Amino acid sequence: MVWRTRRLAEASVAVAAATALVAGCASGSGGSTSGASGDTLTLWTHNAGNSTELDVVKKIIKEFNGSQSKYKVKLQAFPQSDYNNSVVAAASARKLPCLLDVDGPNVPNWAWGGYLAPVDVSGSEVPLSDQLPSTVGRYKDKVYAFGFYDVSLTFFARKSVLNEYGIRIPTIDKPWTKAEFDSALAELKKSGKFDYPLEMGTGGLGEWYTYGYSPQLQSFGGDLIDRDGYKTASGTLDGKSSVEWATWFRSLVTKGYLSKKSGADPNKDFLAGKSAIQWDGSWNATKTAERLGDDLAIIPPVDFGNGPKIGGASWQWAMSSTCSNKAGAEAWLKFSRQTKYFVDYAKATSTIPATDAAVQQVDGYQPGGKFNVFVEFARKYAEVRPVTPAYPYISTEFQKATQDILAGADPEDALGQAAKDIDNNLKTNNYDAG
Amino acid sequence: MTSLLKHLGGHAGRVVLALVFALPLVFMLVSSFKPDDQIFGDLGSLRAFLPVGALSLDNYTGVFERVPAARFLLNSVLISTITVVLGILVNSMAAFALARMRWTGRKLVLTAVIATLIVPFETFALPLVWWVNQLPLLRVNGFHLEWTTGWMDTYQVQIVPFVANAFSVFFFHQYFQSIPKELDEAAIVDGAGWFTIYRRIVMPLSGPAVATVAILTFLPAWNSYLWPLMVVQSEELRPVMVGISYFFQLNVGWGQIMAYSSMITVPILALFMAFQRSFVNSIASTGVKG
Amino acid sequence: MTTMIAALERLRPVRRTRTTHARRRESLTALGMATPAVVLLIVFLVVPVALAFALAFTDARLISPTPARFVGLRNFTLLFQDPVFYKSLRNTAYFAAVVVPLQAGLALVLALLVNAKVRGVNFFRTVYFLPVVTSMVVVSLLWTFLYRQDGLVNHVISTLTLGRVDGPDWLGDPATAMPAIILMSVWQGVGFHMIIWLAGLQTIPAELYEAADLDGAGRWHRFRHVTWPGLRATRTFVLVTITIAAFSLFTQIRVMTQGGPLDSTTTVVHQAVHTGYDQQQTAYAAAISLVFFVLVLSVSLVQRFLTREKD
Repeated sequence: MVWRTRRLAEASVAVAAATALVAGCASGSGGSTSGASGDTLTLWTHNAGNSTELDVVKKIIKEFNGSQSKYKVKLQAFPQSDYNNSVVAAASARKLPCLLDVDGPNVPNWAWGGYLAPVDVSGSEVPLSDQLPSTVGRYKDKVYAFGFYDVSLTFFARKSVLNEYGIRIPTIDKPWTKAEFDSALAELKKSGKFDYPLEMGTGGLGEWYTYGYSPQLQSFGGDLIDRDGYKTASGTLDGKSSVEWATWFRSLVTKGYLSKKSGADPNKDFLAGKSAIQWDGSWNATKTAERLGDDLAIIPPVDFGNGPKIGGASWQWAMSSTCSNKAGAEAWLKFSRQTKYFVDYAKATSTIPATDAAVQQVDGYQPGGKFNVFVEFARKYAEVRPVTPAYPYISTEFQKATQDILAGADPEDALGQAAKDIDNNLKTNNYDAG
Repeated sequence: MTSLLKHLGGHAGRVVLALVFALPLVFMLVSSFKPDDQIFGDLGSLRAFLPVGALSLDNYTGVFERVPAARFLLNSVLISTITVVLGILVNSMAAFALARMRWTGRKLVLTAVIATLIVPFETFALPLVWWVNQLPLLRVNGFHLEWTTGWMDTYQVQIVPFVANAFSVFFFHQYFQSIPKELDEAAIVDGAGWFTIYRRIVMPLSGPAVATVAILTFLPAWNSYLWPLMVVQSEELRPVMVGISYFFQLNVGWGQIMAYSSMITVPILALFMAFQRSFVNSIASTGVKG
Repeated sequence: MTTMIAALERLRPVRRTRTTHARRRESLTALGMATPAVVLLIVFLVVPVALAFALAFTDARLISPTPARFVGLRNFTLLFQDPVFYKSLRNTAYFAAVVVPLQAGLALVLALLVNAKVRGVNFFRTVYFLPVVTSMVVVSLLWTFLYRQDGLVNHVISTLTLGRVDGPDWLGDPATAMPAIILMSVWQGVGFHMIIWLAGLQTIPAELYEAADLDGAGRWHRFRHVTWPGLRATRTFVLVTITIAAFSLFTQIRVMTQGGPLDSTTTVVHQAVHTGYDQQQTAYAAAISLVFFVLVLSVSLVQRFLTREKD
C-alpha cells in the first residue's frame, strides 16, 4: 500500500514539476506587463506586422531611452485586427501597460471605463494647441490622448476618364453636389467600361464601415446619435435624412454602380481600371499618385446637402490609469512631442501631419503640394465620431445596419432596429458615471 | 466484367473525392510561391493549382520580416506538446478510475464529465479570462520562488486550462472498457495495486487510444487563436495562429498569408502523413462503442 | 463438521474486514486517479460556466466604471425580443439539421470506399483526412477566397456546365451563404467521422459477410442486414459528436461572414461572442449562453432517449 501510494505520489510530483517548469519558463516575461516595473515602462501598440509605422515607434523609444538614464520604455506590438479586444481583455484583468495607443473614437469609452488617465503634456516642444483638433482625444473637458497624424477620406479618379465623359472635376471650393454625383455615376455606368463605376471598399470590415460611410450619412443631414446629450439614437439614426442616405446607398447597388462586396484590395482594383471613382483614405494617396501621376484627381467628398464631411481622429497615444509610474509615462509622452516625430510618422504612414510645422516638412503636404488638399479637408470637413462611451457599441450597430442595407434590407427597418438597440444600450448602461 | 467495372467505378470515385479534398490545400501551397497579382490572375483557370509563372520564395522572406515565425512555431510546439503529454496522463488516469474501478459516485462523475462536452469554449472564455487572473501563480524571482496572483501572459495559461478534456476521458473510457477485466483480477491476485495495473497492464495495451487522444489534443492546441489573443500580451509567448492576424493590414498580402498558412500547416500534415498508417489504424482499432 | 463451521465462523469477520479494506483502498485510489482531471474540469470549466450563469442576471459589461448590479431577468426579457437571437437559433438548427445527416452519411460512404481491400487505400484515407488536420481559421480563409464571385468554385461550375451557369456570389447572397458554409464545414470535418465509421466497420466479423454471400445476398442486402446493424454503437457516437460540433458553429462564421448577409449565417455562439466581446455586453452574452446550454442539453437528452438501447 505504501509502495503504491508512493507511485501515485511520484506521478503527482511529476505533473506538478512539469507545471512548475512551465510556470518557470514563463515568469521571465510574464511578470513584466503590469504597466511598469520600477522605471521600466511597457508600451502597447497596434502595429504588429506593419513595420513602417512600427519602425517610427521603435525609433522614438530608442531615442527616448538614449536621451536619459532614468526611464526605459519597452515595446509590445499587437496585430491591429484584434487590438481593441486584446486591450479590453487585458484591462478586465487589470493588466494594462503604462502607455498604449488607442483609436481616436474609442477614447471616450476607455476614459469612461477608467482605463485611461488624463495626460499633462505641457512644456513639450509641440503644444497641444498647435495640433489639428481631431488629433487630440478629449472626454469631459480633459485631454486623454493625442495623435501624431490624422487621415482623410477622399475620392480618387482619373482626370482623363472624367474628361472623357464630360464630368466636372470638383474643387474644394465647389465640391460635387448629389445630383452631379448621381449623373456622373449614371454616365460612367452607361459607358459599360467598368464593372462598377464606384468603388467604396464595401468588402472592408469593422471600423472602416463607420469611418467611411457615416460622414456621408452626416452629409445627408443624418447622424449616428443625437449629439445633444448623447441620450438617444431614435429620430436621428432612423430619422428622415438618415433613411434618405440609406435609400440612396442601397440604390447604388441596385443600379449597378457599386459592388455590395468589394474585392480583397479595392485600391488595386481601381488602379486596374475596374472602377472609375474610388472612395478611399488619404493613406493610399502616395501609392495611387505613383501609379497615376498627373492623371490622378483627388476629389473632395460630395456635398449631399449638409456640406462635405469626413471622419476625424486616427490612432492616438494615451496613458493608463493603473500606470505605476505616471511621471515616467508623461516623460515619454512629452519627449515624443517633437516636430521631427510628427514628420516621421506622417512620412512613414502617408498621413496628414497633425501640426503646421510638420506639414511644412512633409513632401506633398506643404502648401501648394499635391496632397495639401488633405490638410484642407481635415480642417474644413472633419467631424469627429460621437464623443460618447457608447461609441464602440454604436459603431458595431451601424456596421451591421449598413451591411444589411447593402445586402438588400429595408433601409428604414435596418436603421430602426439599430436605433432601438442603441437606445436599449444607452438605457441599460451608466454612461454618465465615471 | 461487371465486377471489374464496379472496381474501376469505385476507384474513379475515390480519385475524384481525393481531388476535392486535396485541391484547396494544393491551391494554398502553390499560391504561397506566387506574387499577389498572379494569385488573382490564376484564379480563373487550372493554373491556380499548378506551380507555374513567376515562382519565388519572396512571400516566405516577407513572412519572416513581418512575423517572428520561428519563435511562434517554437511556442506552439512547446504548448501543444506539454498539453498533449499532461492531457494523456490526467485523462487516462481519470478514465481508468471510471472504467475499471468500483467506487461510489462513479456513475455521477462519468455523466457529469460527459455533460461538459456540450459546452462550447467560446461561451465561457470571457469569465475564464477574469478567473485565471485570480489564480495563484508560482514564479521564479531571482533565485527563489514566490507566489503571485494572475496567470495572464504566461505559457501555462495556454496549457493548463486545456489539459483535462471530457472528450479524451470519454474516449479512454470506451477503450479501457474493451480490455478484459480478468487482467485486473489476475494482477490483484498477484498482489499488484491499482496504479500498477494502470501503468503496467492497461496503458501498454492502449497504444491506439493514446495515439488518437494525442492527435485530437494536439490539433486544437496547435490551432488555438481566440484564447491567446485574450490572455497573452507578450510577443515572445504567442502561438502560431495569432501570427495570421499580423497579415491583415491596410493592404492584405494574400501571398504572404498563403505562405504563412503553409508554414504552419505543412509540418502538421507531414507529421500526420508520417504516422498516418498507425494513426488511422489506431483509431480504427479503437472500436468506438457509443 | 462443527469445527469446520466454527473455523469458517471465525474466518468470516476477518475476511469481511479484508474485503472492506480492499474496497476502501480501491475507492481511495480511484478517487486519487480521477481527482486531477475532475479538479481541472471544475476549475477551468465548471467555475467559469457558473460565473457566466451568474453574470446573466446582472448588468456586467466588459468595460464599465461601475460594478455589476443584479438586474433579475432583464437580459432574458431583452433577449426574447431580439430578432437576431431568433435568427441565430434558426440558423443553428438549420446548420445542425443539414450537417448531421450529410456529414454522417458522406463519412460513411467514404469509409465504405476506403474499407475496400484495394491498393492505395491508405493514400486515400490520408487525403480525405487532410482537411481535418488543417486549422479551421486557415481553411475558412482559403474558402473565402474560393467562394468569391470570380473565385475557383464558380470557375469550376462554369467549366462543368460549358459556361451556361454563372455561379452566385456564394458568401454575399443570403440564399447561398449558409449552404456554402455547410459545404465547407462538411469538407473539413468529414474525414474524422470517416475514420470513426471505419473503426466500426472493422469490428464487424468477416464471417457475417461470408454467410451473407452464401445466402446470395446482393450489395444492398448485405449493407442493410449486416453492415448497418453492426454499426449501431458507432452510429450513436457519430451522431452525438457531429451534433455537438454543429451546435458550436463559430470559427467559420467569424472568419467568413460575421453573421451576414442579412443575418443569414449568424449562430448562437457567434452572437454570444459578438455581443460579449465586440459589443462589450458581457451579461447579455452570458444570457445567450445560458439559454443555449439549456437548449443543447434538452436536445441531447431527447437524442439519447431516441437512440437508447432497446433491449
